[in-house]
Amino acid sequence: MAIEITQRLDARNLSCPMPIVKTAVAIKGLASGQLLEVVATDPGSTKDFAAWAATTGNQLVEQSTEGGVYRFVLRKK
Amino acid sequence: MDEPLAITLFSGTDDRLSAAAVLIAGAAALGRPVHVFLQYWALDAFRFNAAGRRTQLAPEAGEAGAAAVEALRAAGQASWRETLAQAKEIGQVEIQACSLSMDLLQLAQDDLDPLVDGVEGVTAFWLAAGAGQVVFI
Repeated sequence: MAIEITQRLDARNLSCPMPIVKTAVAIKGLASGQLLEVVATDPGSTKDFAAWAATTGNQLVEQSTEGGVYRFVLRKK
Repeated sequence: MDEPLAITLFSGTDDRLSAAAVLIAGAAALGRPVHVFLQYWALDAFRFNAAGRRTQLAPEAGEAGAAAVEALRAAGQASWRETLAQAKEIGQVEIQACSLSMDLLQLAQDDLDPLVDGVEGVTAFWLAAGAGQVVFI
């Protein structure tokens, strides 16, 4: 089943904590259940997004790394 | 996670304020209420129209450190002022000026950056800190 991304956020070349900060801003604008895709290059992203999702209750539904770019799909709580 | 965090900023160097802004924004993103208390040279750095525009660094930075900081800035790293402004947007971040430091620097609240919410004494700071963690930078 293809998942439907509601919004995309390009956080590449932003240093910590801006990828998470911009993600927090972007997810505010979504309705519960909608999906946000984020791409980032900050090397702390993998741990940071997992910790942020676990703490805020938003769900990390997909995660991948390719060529130094980290991609996350988050479902709004 | 909603444990409150209290951060006292003492140093006004650009690198320490940047590191502090990162900690504050990260805590705000996690939903932790953050209470920031500005003392001495950190308060001086929050003067209206000066916040985020200085380049002074801690002594240990040295020349190589200064070049590295400049390279990160040139690559588009947000200033500490921008980072704090975003932190206030996403979370519960209150920034208060230490009243003693206001006297020391002969400042009125109108002289300060609008990011500063008010002026308080140390008793109000400890009351706000409650039983939460306190960080001094």
